[in-house]
Amino acid sequence: MFDTLALASLPAEDEALRPAIREIAAQAIADMPIDRRARSWQGFDADFTRRLGQAGFLGLNLPKAYGGHDRGPFARFVVVEELLSAGAPVAAHWIADRQSAPLILNFGTEAQREFYIPRICKGEALFCIGMSEPGSGSDLASVRTRAERTDKGWVVNGQKIWTTNSMHSDYMIALLRTSGTSEDRHKGLSQLIIDLKAPGVTVRPIVDLTGDAHFAEVFLENVELGEDALIGNEGDGWKQVTAELAFERSGPERIYSSVVLLDAWVRHLQAVGRAGDATAALVGGFTARLATLRAMSIACTARLALGESPVVEASLVKDLGTSFEQELPNAIGDDLAAHPDEAVDADLYRALLYVSQIAPSFSLRGGTREILRGIIARGLGLR
Amino acid sequence: MDMNELLEPFDKMLEAISTPAQIRAVEEGAPVAPVWDELVQSGFLDALVSEDAGGAGLSMADMEPLFEALGRHAVPAPVAETMVARKLLADAGESWLQGPIAMAVAKVGQDVVVPFGMVAEHVLIDLGDGLVLAGAADGRPVPTGVRGSLDARMRWDSEPVGIRLPAVAGGLRPVAAVLRAAAMAGAAGRLLEMTAAYANERVQFGKPIGRQQALQQNMAVMAEDAVACRLAAQLGCGGGVIPALAAAATAKSMTSAAAGRIAATAHAVHGAIGISEEYDLQLYTRRLYEWRLADGSEGYWNRLLGQARLASKQGSVDWVRGEVFA
Ligand SMILES: Cc1cc2nc3c(=O)[nH]c(=O)nc-3n(C[C@H](O)[C@H](O)[C@H](O)COP(=O)(O)OP(=O)(O)OC[C@H]3O[C@@H](n4cnc5c(N)ncnc54)[C@H](O)[C@@H]3O)c2cc1C
Repeated sequence: MFDTLALASLPAEDEALRPAIREIAAQAIADMPIDRRARSWQGFDADFTRRLGQAGFLGLNLPKAYGGHDRGPFARFVVVEELLSAGAPVAAHWIADRQSAPLILNFGTEAQREFYIPRICKGEALFCIGMSEPGSGSDLASVRTRAERTDKGWVVNGQKIWTTNSMHSDYMIALLRTSGTSEDRHKGLSQLIIDLKAPGVTVRPIVDLTGDAHFAEVFLENVELGEDALIGNEGDGWKQVTAELAFERSGPERIYSSVVLLDAWVRHLQAVGRAGDATAALVGGFTARLATLRAMSIACTARLALGESPVVEASLVKDLGTSFEQELPNAIGDDLAAHPDEAVDADLYRALLYVSQIAPSFSLRGGTREILRGIIARGLGLR
Repeated sequence: MDMNELLEPFDKMLEAISTPAQIRAVEEGAPVAPVWDELVQSGFLDALVSEDAGGAGLSMADMEPLFEALGRHAVPAPVAETMVARKLLADAGESWLQGPIAMAVAKVGQDVVVPFGMVAEHVLIDLGDGLVLAGAADGRPVPTGVRGSLDARMRWDSEPVGIRLPAVAGGLRPVAAVLRAAAMAGAAGRLLEMTAAYANERVQFGKPIGRQQALQQNMAVMAEDAVACRLAAQLGCGGGVIPALAAAATAKSMTSAAAGRIAATAHAVHGAIGISEEYDLQLYTRRLYEWRLADGSEGYWNRLLGQARLASKQGSVDWVRGEVFA
């Protein structure tokens, strides 16, 4: 079962991107303490995003005609792997590069592609995802925020929540009800691009338990949008969102969220010279899992490269990957505190507690563990 | 070569010769010859041997799906071990006899459990300073006493006599481990299919038990483990016949760590019927438990992998790329 997920290798021409992106990432993190780098893809730096755009590292799998690089998903894998393992601040372009641009490319009109994608590739148009609402989390099909037709286009009313980076973004691609009621579920949903500078949009940041504010509430009050706000077909929102989620769930960010902490811990062990059997076995176990998850993530990327939408496979990798990401801080915490007479750098200590405290979110964002397992069960033919 | 062209005939053959009835018969002491003779005739046993030496010259990566198939069909003989042994013998310019060859890492004067030792005619023994292909009888095989097991306890009280081969870097344990890992991935895949099918058939509370969310969530985890086992085994078989230590360690660590979880969920979903001898589930779960211990458990391989990792200044992703994916 799931036999299409098989070991694949990264093409040499994509591997060749590594030295250049590594250098840019190294510059970006040079003065960043470990706990900042441990923010992983929640670290926001719009200047860094523009630098990446100028250097040609955004829109790698987008067509040249729209300012992209025609390289395919493997190139993006290499670049993302380098950025995440360094802990570079990639949040600004993360969503646009990963899913908004492919969505616009797949479902948008020619005018929409020409308007948005070149700026995404330059790191100059930042996007956020407006799916969740106060009453619609896992049950996404129950969204209530409505877009109604007017003679000039659309008017939107409602509220989104947990919208990552909406306070810094230019646009939000929102899943909205364009007909029927929330009882109609998957029918009557559409995706619209909302200019966050439009009158009637209010973004109110939400502070998380670590003190960061990476997500926000987005209030939409009589927000008027043009005809061209609709992306794809009216009523196809659910289908489009499902395809989008395969991009969202399959990438290396679902296995590398704690890798900065892992590396900092390994450096600590090397510095104090602790390599006994139990320590080595703990390190080795995580190393084996990292290697296997990487193979699984590349296997998923290979399906994307073939133009497939590996929804079940992506769920499988994400669930296993986030479990790994969550176990790391737990085990590292125990290991360090099991040796209370060993000095731990302040930096590592802060990073450990930061990752420990934020780790529960790893299996919430992008679809909860239970929901993903439900998708896998469907793939097994159980539902 | 189109991989399905290779796997399909092999899989079909195993389906025909390694039936549950045949597996049980061999486990109860019947000769393995009916299974083995077919394998000999098929030519597959020389798959890894170079074309110059009369084989098919296939790589470990080419063969990995076939190694999995051996586990999926619980073939009661050391087929993959024989393929590797023939390759090592051919590379050394030696010829070989037709019988099944098991593999062992042994010390003179010390008991060792040899996988498939009860059905092997020869054993390729890693003595640390070199390899010897000896007659299995010289190791005085006795059953382990574990029901249905084809493993043997063996012991050589003096240096075994036979065809001597040069030592291979890292010894035989890494290659034995990746073969076992692939077989475990195959058995895990079989268990996943059997369990999903059963969950759709068995009705309780008026509907198939597979409709229960608690069971679905556990089976999703089982599927994740089974797929991870397969990818880990593929990593283990990604290099040469003698795999890199880190690749072998990854393969066996992952499969061994998952073995118990996979078997546990398979049994949990099947309820009491899965515990009965008559039902085929046990053919695969028993092997998972046995193979987890064979050629080093997850603890053994994690220790070696961790020691190697801790000796490097590289970051984890770089290290893994260089050592496991090389
Ligand atoms: C850091 C972070 C960033 C986020 N960024 C965004 C974003 O940019 N855009 C966006 O739209 N959303 C975003 N989200 C929201 C995220 O998508 C939701 O948190 C998620 O879909 C779950 O919804 P909920 O939080 O309302 O939980 P609920 O859906 O209320 O779930 C609560 C619990 O109930 C369980 N549950 C619910 N239904 C079922 C079921 N059918 N079967 C079994 N268990 C069930 C869940 O698994 C969970 O354990 C973000 C969340 C986080 C934590």
